[in-house]
Amino acid sequence: MVDLSVDFAGIKSPNPFWLASAPPANSGEQIMRAFDAGWGGAVWKTLGDPIINVTSRFGGIDYRGSKVIGFNNIELITDRPIDVNLKEIYEVKKRYPKHAVIASLMVETRQEWKDLIKKCIDAGADGLELNFGCPHGMCERGMGSAVGAEPKACEEITSWAVEYSSIPVIVKLTPNITDVNDPAEAAVRGGAHAVSLINTIKSIIGVDLVNAVPLPAVQGASTNGGYCGPAVRPIALHMVGQLGRNPAVNVPISGIGGVETWRDALEFIFLGASTVQVCTAVMHYGYRIVEDLIEGTENFMKEHGYETIDQMVGRAVPNYSEWGNLDLNYELIAKIDADKCIGCQLCHTACWDGAHQCIHLSDETRVPIIDEAECVGCNLCQIVCPVEGCISMVHVENGKPRVSWNEYQERLAKGEKIEVGKHTSQTAF
Amino acid sequence: MTVWDVPEDRLEAKLPDKKPRLNEAQALAEANRCLYCFDAPCIKACPTGIDIPTFIRKIATGNLAGSARVILDSNILGLSCARVCPTEVLCEGDCVYNELDSPPILIGKLQRIATEDAYDRGLQFFERGAPTGKRIAIIGGGPAGLACAHELARCGHESVIFEARDMPGGLNSTGVAPYKLQLPDAIREVNYILEIGGIELRTGVSVGTDISFEELEDQFDAVFVGVGLGPDTALDLPGRGLSGIVGAVEWIEQMKTRKGFALGDVDRVVVLGGGNTAIDVVREACGLGVTAVTMVYRRDEAAMSGYEHEWNHAKKEGARAEWFAQPVGYAGEHGRVTGVRCVRTRAAGGRHLQVVPDSEFVIPADRVVLAVGQSKLETLLSDVAGLTFAHGRLVADTANGQCSNPKYFAGGDVMNGAKEVVNAAAEGKVAARGIDAWLQGGA
Ligand SMILES: Cc1cc2nc3c(=O)[nH]c(=O)nc-3n(C[C@H](O)[C@H](O)[C@H](O)COP(=O)(O)OP(=O)(O)OC[C@H]3O[C@@H](n4cnc5c(N)ncnc54)[C@H](O)[C@@H]3O)c2cc1C
Ligand SMILES: Cc1cc2nc3c(=O)[nH]c(=O)nc-3n(C[C@H](O)[C@H](O)[C@H](O)COP(=O)(O)O)c2cc1C
Ligand code: SF4
Ligand code: SF4
Ligand code: SF4
Repeated sequence: MVDLSVDFAGIKSPNPFWLASAPPANSGEQIMRAFDAGWGGAVWKTLGDPIINVTSRFGGIDYRGSKVIGFNNIELITDRPIDVNLKEIYEVKKRYPKHAVIASLMVETRQEWKDLIKKCIDAGADGLELNFGCPHGMCERGMGSAVGAEPKACEEITSWAVEYSSIPVIVKLTPNITDVNDPAEAAVRGGAHAVSLINTIKSIIGVDLVNAVPLPAVQGASTNGGYCGPAVRPIALHMVGQLGRNPAVNVPISGIGGVETWRDALEFIFLGASTVQVCTAVMHYGYRIVEDLIEGTENFMKEHGYETIDQMVGRAVPNYSEWGNLDLNYELIAKIDADKCIGCQLCHTACWDGAHQCIHLSDETRVPIIDEAECVGCNLCQIVCPVEGCISMVHVENGKPRVSWNEYQERLAKGEKIEVGKHTSQTAF
Repeated sequence: MTVWDVPEDRLEAKLPDKKPRLNEAQALAEANRCLYCFDAPCIKACPTGIDIPTFIRKIATGNLAGSARVILDSNILGLSCARVCPTEVLCEGDCVYNELDSPPILIGKLQRIATEDAYDRGLQFFERGAPTGKRIAIIGGGPAGLACAHELARCGHESVIFEARDMPGGLNSTGVAPYKLQLPDAIREVNYILEIGGIELRTGVSVGTDISFEELEDQFDAVFVGVGLGPDTALDLPGRGLSGIVGAVEWIEQMKTRKGFALGDVDRVVVLGGGNTAIDVVREACGLGVTAVTMVYRRDEAAMSGYEHEWNHAKKEGARAEWFAQPVGYAGEHGRVTGVRCVRTRAAGGRHLQVVPDSEFVIPADRVVLAVGQSKLETLLSDVAGLTFAHGRLVADTANGQCSNPKYFAGGDVMNGAKEVVNAAAEGKVAARGIDAWLQGGA
């Protein structure tokens, strides 16, 4: 039997799949429907002084016929009165006591933080998420990512919240910084019980070329917004992985950014997250996607012998290393399965113009020929080949012992002579 | 400028477009499916060598005008070819997706949307070359002649197209199946091609009758022969004088172009032949609501020269066939045909056939359509000195279209013996380049 339930910094949830603080978690009615669909928790749309939104506010990127590979918004925090939201938090918690309800907050002064935190605890919230991430509008008013990008402010406001809170405090981090470790460590110093990341990335989603206005346009003008959706996932994974392996960030991590499938969710978990949050995929397809998030995760766990989410948290962290520790003598080469090849020759043009000029055309067939002595094993041909399993990257036993760059430097310093890497011809002339 | 007014009330208008235009979303999805192959095999399978991956990618990037430019640069008949090409055996037949057991890219349909968009927006991409003062006579206003004239204009030469019919376009106007292309679109293409300028179209002028070859030789620097093929071949069988027996190409021409032409009181159509023209007539008759349509062929299904995919469509549309049946005469009453008398044949090794003794039978018919080939126009050209023929085809160098009389160039059905519109377009263009090179060589 597999058990999907999690205890995230003391917040209990039937599964690790939460709605991120965003339009899908805007109201009690929505969140209850989401719980009915299977979501384990929800981070309420950020509470604060109600704001006024503009129209339009979203933009999407379609790529080669795929809709919304990236998504951008210039929406601010909740536009509903705080009291209405608090009443609904109370109502949801009463009806769904086993689900996680987290109040996302963003206010300015110490007193405001104190008052709002008290109200949320009174309403029955299971935890707080401090929104130090919103990268548009709110940051111009000194909140959101203006706090997240400034470790000192991040630490200070976190410490206020922790002081006033009797429930767990999660700090939601912005990716709009140079090194995510800095604000994360600041939050931990401030006493945060957990961190969540990423919020959206500053972006301009496009430009209306006819009217010369960036998008999304608000009566002939626009502003930078926040980017999210599938396109940001690799960036989010990297940032989660950074914190996952940082011993100074010894608090649970909630992974966010481009999660759409169970596989995406597990990638975050393997890099150190113990819950994941989803926004764009729900905005695109609705709450129903959680059914497959759950089933896919359960099937994977059964197949691979995991019983709890905890057993998977951080599983890939030990293998997330520095470049200098990678084996320079490990050798892969590409091989084409001629039976599967359809002769598109994309591998040839990719290798010829974009890699190492070692895939040649044949006079007799359309199946290209790989010059294995020259192949540097970069993967490019395999990446562009449209046929599943046609090009494989095959390990070559070259008899050379493992040596990393760091080891190589050390041994060189000791005067040792060792062979590293593969020697291919460096010039065509 | 309209070169010719299309009559209304044509019978062909009753037949629907069987490959309708994609909408923009479909085109985008399909274009994005193209792998953008390197040295793509589809290009080699197109007789005009259109850079298919490039034009498809331009559809995907939203550069529809650029897409049409790429197509028309290689093939000025890109609009009609998009619709009449047997893509199953040309470009699409060689798409790498076939190797993946997936449907090939719908190249023809994508070509259609790009070229139609350019036509709809009135975009012209090519200009006349700097005038050379040279004039070329073009005999035949079909695909070969039009392609030749356009390319000559791009090279700066003037040309005069002599077209025997009162309407231009050749078989694109008079022959191709209406569910692919109808007369108005064929004429629209002719207009578009002529818009480049420097091409004079003289319709209703039959060379050899209204003007002699010698006159052409005197008045022009070179002559391009793109006369296509002659009338339907008849079968010299007893009863051939009965009414109700028609040639396929002649009947199709009437259906496509004649004002008010009607099918008449016809329930049973028998089509003699096993080629693509036969299948076209069969499908057209089915489409026009004829109850019993039968194709009669002396060999079996596998041996017929018509395309398998076309015959498969015909079967679905209700056609049937008499295989191994050879017509030996017509049955008739009161001067009207009532059936085709046939004998059974059987295979006798290789391509040989044997007649089965005492096997005569009659297939009832109130219309018999002969689709056993078109005659060659060798005699028309027999006055011209120095031309050579092989199996009735005018011999020309495939590299430059030049005939054995160096002032003459040729392309299209008259030279290749009957291929497709796209071959005629390719050969007309090759000949234009050949003429240009020959004239520049000053010989
Ligand atoms: C029924 C039928 C259906 C076809 N369907 C298709 C199809 O679906 N797809 C496809 O790609 N191909 C199809 N083809 C083949 C295609 O139409 C021809 O290969 C193509 O039209 C050949 O072009 P051309 O210019 O050589 O000849 P044509 O199109 O025959 O044009 C020759 C022109 O020359 C004129 N001419 C002849 N003699 C003289 C003269 N003495 N003086 C002046 N003018 C003269 C004729 O009137 C005619 O207009 C079909 C052919 C037939 C018969
Ligand atoms: C329209 C929209 C509004 C958002 N509003 C908030 C918000 O109020 N508070 C917040 O912390 N994050 C907000 N976010 C960020 C999301 O919670 C999430 O961090 C981000 O979208 C990345 O996840 P995703 O790729 O699954 O969308 C918003 C995102 C979107 C698209
Ligand atoms: S990319 Fe793949 S399918 Fe295409 S030619 Fe190369 S090996 Fe063959
Ligand atoms: S002209 Fe015909 S063969 Fe060539 S690409 Fe277009 S549809 Fe295919
Ligand atoms: S072969 Fe098919 S996939 Fe490749 S370029 Fe041509 S149309 Fe596109």
